[in-house]
Amino acid sequence: MDRKRDYYEDVALFSSGWEIFWFGALLAGLAVFPFVAKNYYVYMANYMAIHVLVALGLNLLTGYTGQISLGHAGFFAVGAYGTVTLMSAAGAPFLVALPVSAAVAALLGFLLGLPALRLEGPYLSIATLGFGITVTKVIGKLEIFGGRQGMHAPDLVLGPWTLSTDRDLYFLIVTITVLFALAARNIMKTRVGRAFRAVREAEVAAGAMGVNVSQVKTVAFALSAFYTGVGGGLFAFVLRFIEPELFDLMMSILFLAMVVVGGLGSIMGSITGAILISWLNLTLRNILEIPYFGDWLKELSHSFFSITGVSNIQFIVYGLIMVGIMVFEPLGIYGFWLRTKKYWKTWPF
Amino acid sequence: MLDFIQSLVNGIAAGSAYALMGLALTLIYKTSEVVNFAQGEMALVSVFMTYLVLDTYGFPFYLAFPAALVFSFLLGMAMEFFVLRRAKNHTVLSMIIITIGMEMILLGFVSWKFGADPKTMPFPLTPYDAFIVGNIFITKLETLTLFCALFLMAALFSFLRFSRFGLAMKAVQQNPTVARLMGIRVKRVLLFTWGASSLTGCVAGLLISPIVMQPYMMWDPMLKGFSAAVLGGMTSLPGAVTGAYLVGVIENIFGSYVSIEFKSVVAFAIIVLVLCIKPSGLFARHHVKKV
Repeated sequence: MDRKRDYYEDVALFSSGWEIFWFGALLAGLAVFPFVAKNYYVYMANYMAIHVLVALGLNLLTGYTGQISLGHAGFFAVGAYGTVTLMSAAGAPFLVALPVSAAVAALLGFLLGLPALRLEGPYLSIATLGFGITVTKVIGKLEIFGGRQGMHAPDLVLGPWTLSTDRDLYFLIVTITVLFALAARNIMKTRVGRAFRAVREAEVAAGAMGVNVSQVKTVAFALSAFYTGVGGGLFAFVLRFIEPELFDLMMSILFLAMVVVGGLGSIMGSITGAILISWLNLTLRNILEIPYFGDWLKELSHSFFSITGVSNIQFIVYGLIMVGIMVFEPLGIYGFWLRTKKYWKTWPF
Repeated sequence: MLDFIQSLVNGIAAGSAYALMGLALTLIYKTSEVVNFAQGEMALVSVFMTYLVLDTYGFPFYLAFPAALVFSFLLGMAMEFFVLRRAKNHTVLSMIIITIGMEMILLGFVSWKFGADPKTMPFPLTPYDAFIVGNIFITKLETLTLFCALFLMAALFSFLRFSRFGLAMKAVQQNPTVARLMGIRVKRVLLFTWGASSLTGCVAGLLISPIVMQPYMMWDPMLKGFSAAVLGGMTSLPGAVTGAYLVGVIENIFGSYVSIEFKSVVAFAIIVLVLCIKPSGLFARHHVKKV
């Protein structure tokens, strides 16, 4: 948006004092939040923070590098199952298990990135979609991962502390999320990030300017899978119980929806999109308990629809949001914000 | 040997349903380069409307089925007219997201209306009526599906190849702007394509409905049909059908000889392998986009 005067201004993590101020305010707010909020809201914040991680990862791939993925639930499952299995079966400490399983996810991402080098559009989407479904199937069939019954997450011991409540987990999860968000922002300001964007805009042109296209694409896949794997590892502890059915195609679609709704190719966009969609995800499950609206919906379901299927309204809502965003504001919430900012900058004129 | 032939037959039977979905997807991709993830759910809506008409209002089949086909044609046209046409930028990603969004809306409405419990479609053929040739079972429904798939493939193929409208569709695919300059009503062509594709999907849905009928019934055929279309190159109708039979046969043979558990995912593994060697599928020429 604003004019840059030299290279260092372009790569600086924060471009102005105001940004540092707002970031500090956000950190302070996040630190105070668990002491003032009710337990359920802390759980909700954990849930959102994990989805922010995933959305950041997916945005690095889909938004910045332009490679569509419909299989991120697969990486998410690898992170979750890897962490839990390493901790409960191999007795590894959490601080080893999480990076190791995220690294496994990254390795899988790298491997998936190899066929992706030659694929685009529908071909890439079917390949990633197949990957996601396959991972879930394989995990569901292997006894070491608890098969169909699923697995309970072990106690999370971190040095001298045992993190048992949502509030304890909150500090771990939010710290990791903030660090990873900063890292993503920083990556996008470096040579690697510029290479990602160059590949998205024009692959051939990027190659001609000296960007190693195959390296960039596989790195983007691996990095994205790493973020998602970390998210998955933490997700197991938030839910305390994981089963293969959780990580289905619908989950991959929702991840994609977060990125798209927030804004393709923007860090703030992934954060807001993830928060919005995961909030909807938690709220729409008990849609009938919303005051007034719930009663009206009950009436409507009784007379025209069925009361047993009422939870499926969440799909209608997600679908409407996705279609609406794509039709009216292709850049998502972030695009809306940009337009608002621009409008008010020159306001009375 | 008998087992082998039986799984071959089962594979061809499964492949027919995939072929119909694959045809529907290919038809849309061929003219507008949109991957229609809502294909399965468009068929789902038509199938459940048919169910409603048959079961609740008690209409006879010979009225309900043609009505379903007309309904699905209109539904496809409505999708194009009200949603796809309104999209601001026509990139591959945004089109995929719009169709996924439409899929979720349709799925949400159907499962809100009908709940998740399975229904029985009052279809004139049950899935148990079968011919027994030697010791091999071939159900009548499978035979019907096979003929429908082959008939629709032949009909669509010759329509695209030999009619003026088919030529117009090809022109629209190759370059919409130039097609418009040549006097082709591009929007009308797209409208018709969506209708025809939805109709093909509806045929698939109606033929699947006696076997399984619940809101998620079209997911598997849709994904397999998509794999089949990709295998066939996404732009070739015979390619999609061949791909569908390949997927069906391979997955059934894999299921009976290697592992029944991974039967449903082997298709995707094949796809990834094939795409590694031929990135645009078996029946399409790979062309790199110019800068």
